[in-house]
Amino acid sequence: MLIKFARLTAALALLSVAGVVSANEGGHAGWQREAGNHVANLPSLQRGARNFMAYCSGCHSLKFERFSRLCSDLKISDTQCETLLMRPGDKLTDYIKSSMPPADAQEWFGKPPPDLSLVARSRDPNWIFNFLTTFYADPASRQTGVNNLQLPGTAMPHVLSSLQGVQTAVWRNVEHKGEDGAAVVSREFEKFEPGVAGSLTPENYDDFVRDTVNFLQYVSDPTQLEREGLGIWVVLFLLMFTGIAYMLKKEYWKDVR
Amino acid sequence: MSAVIEGKGGFRTWLNKRLPVDQFVEDQLTGYYAPKNFNIWYFFGSLALLMFVLQIVTGIFVTMHFKPGEATAWNSVQYMVREVPYMWLIQPMHAVGASFFFIVVYLHMARAFMYGSYKAPRELLWVIGMLIYLALMAEAFMGYVLPNGNMSYWGAQVIINLFGTIPGIGPGLVEWIRGDYGIGDATLNRFFSLHVVALPFIIALLIGLHLVALRQVGSNNPDGIEIKEKPGKDGKPLDGIPFHPYYTLKDIVGVGLFLTAFAIVVFFVPTFGGLFMESPNFEPANPVSTPEHIAPVWYFTPYYAILRAVPDQKMGALLMALSVAAFLFVPWLDRAKNKSIRYRGLASKILLGTFFVTFVVLMWLGLKPADGIYVLLARIFTTLYFAFFILLPFVSKADGNGPVPERVTYHAH
Repeated sequence: MLIKFARLTAALALLSVAGVVSANEGGHAGWQREAGNHVANLPSLQRGARNFMAYCSGCHSLKFERFSRLCSDLKISDTQCETLLMRPGDKLTDYIKSSMPPADAQEWFGKPPPDLSLVARSRDPNWIFNFLTTFYADPASRQTGVNNLQLPGTAMPHVLSSLQGVQTAVWRNVEHKGEDGAAVVSREFEKFEPGVAGSLTPENYDDFVRDTVNFLQYVSDPTQLEREGLGIWVVLFLLMFTGIAYMLKKEYWKDVR
Repeated sequence: MSAVIEGKGGFRTWLNKRLPVDQFVEDQLTGYYAPKNFNIWYFFGSLALLMFVLQIVTGIFVTMHFKPGEATAWNSVQYMVREVPYMWLIQPMHAVGASFFFIVVYLHMARAFMYGSYKAPRELLWVIGMLIYLALMAEAFMGYVLPNGNMSYWGAQVIINLFGTIPGIGPGLVEWIRGDYGIGDATLNRFFSLHVVALPFIIALLIGLHLVALRQVGSNNPDGIEIKEKPGKDGKPLDGIPFHPYYTLKDIVGVGLFLTAFAIVVFFVPTFGGLFMESPNFEPANPVSTPEHIAPVWYFTPYYAILRAVPDQKMGALLMALSVAAFLFVPWLDRAKNKSIRYRGLASKILLGTFFVTFVVLMWLGLKPADGIYVLLARIFTTLYFAFFILLPFVSKADGNGPVPERVTYHAH
């Protein structure tokens, strides 16, 4: 309740600079969706951690996060941590490294897959959500056979295709005036059509991605929940302090005519 | 002005015979008379001092865990906020603190503009204040570069290259500042030294001078009339009240309100939607990957907008330097008899109002990409920015001479 109130106050303050903020985010394409994740949702974070370790950690590291920190923050017992999340050879105090040797990564993908510790802050959760949901079959892509709406030309293969399947994109041609006034035809994304089916329904796949995004948001700033919990008390104390200071000031200023 | 140091005996007498504590308190606080009609705008001086102290204190802790240098800086910041107890709180306080420092400083400067606080006899007070502002900009810039995030790197690239536009010595100067042919280890290490040693000392010294000059001339007030000219029988100004306890208590209320706002941002929205901490800075510096568009932090963007408004980079840099330097001359550009905007004509009010709006619009434009309509807008508002300084002597001379009240406006609550 109190946290909600503080968030609301903060949101109001943010609104006052909303114009400036939107400047940093650029336009919003029609196919982009909100991730709709909630970082306070513990079961979602736990599922996200499982998803990450099963599908992402083969190539991507979380080099600033230790298993021990992860499991204690997400209320996962050490035994469960070892059996469900850690890989053979991992120790509890280890940072979460990728299983891929960097030299091989360089050779296979042209560049090593990035560390994802801070991706939810350098991009944002919605960006990751859209990235992971908009892979589509693209024969023109010789390396991976897929392309992506959020990050066209991405070097990443559709790792989650066994879950989502591989959808195809439908495009329409749009005519508009180029800079020199001549008509230019370019293609614009219209919609996705189901292609090869995966093991999850579209709704379940969205949930899967949402949990994973949620987990990445936690990892990008692991103290955020603790911070908000303490923040409430700090703000309440400061308000009380201000009230008392105001009464004291008023008492003294009675003398000023 | 003689504090009692004899007769009482005990520790206090012993102390005061050796160190003039009571004398100092009387001179600076209980015996310093400030106008009784200060309004909300007069909070920001003490708040700026608070921000300075807060930055020093949080900075001491950040320095304990920070490892300057190309290979270590970014990792050490991540390490401290994730693994050192309570650094998740102290490091963001330091980073967000920079933004709050500038908010307070800009409001403090706006106050001086509204009530003519830079006018005689307070010209030097203003000039020293402007030197603090310049030193603060250097301090903030270097602090921003230190963590070696990607925006740190590219921001530093843009700003340092500006020095390259100085004719003749430019290219050599840039190399001398960086200590290398690019932003590298040498640059980060010297910025660390300047950020934690040299500039804080300079700023502390300038703040000291600012306060000494303030005590010498006394505070201005929203009516812009000199309270010293109306002394009572005891020689104290009739419209003055002792700084302590009246303004110390009032300032503490301001501190409470300010810290509440500060805490809400630090605890709930530390990045402030990418405004106080920019998202590209959550990626380490990468010389081969330029952020989508490079923008400095919001408190530099008015000048950045002016820089980009000019097609020629040399001219742009010159205009940018001029736009900052222009503030230094304001005490002599303003030729009105009256200080406060309250007792100036409509033309002065419109001129100052336009200037405030212009500054904020330029701030916003500096965050936008430099293309399309934004370039045109930046040019219009750059013109308006300089128009203020060019028109000020004429407008202030023409309509700043009306009658002013004998005594300050004050309604007892």
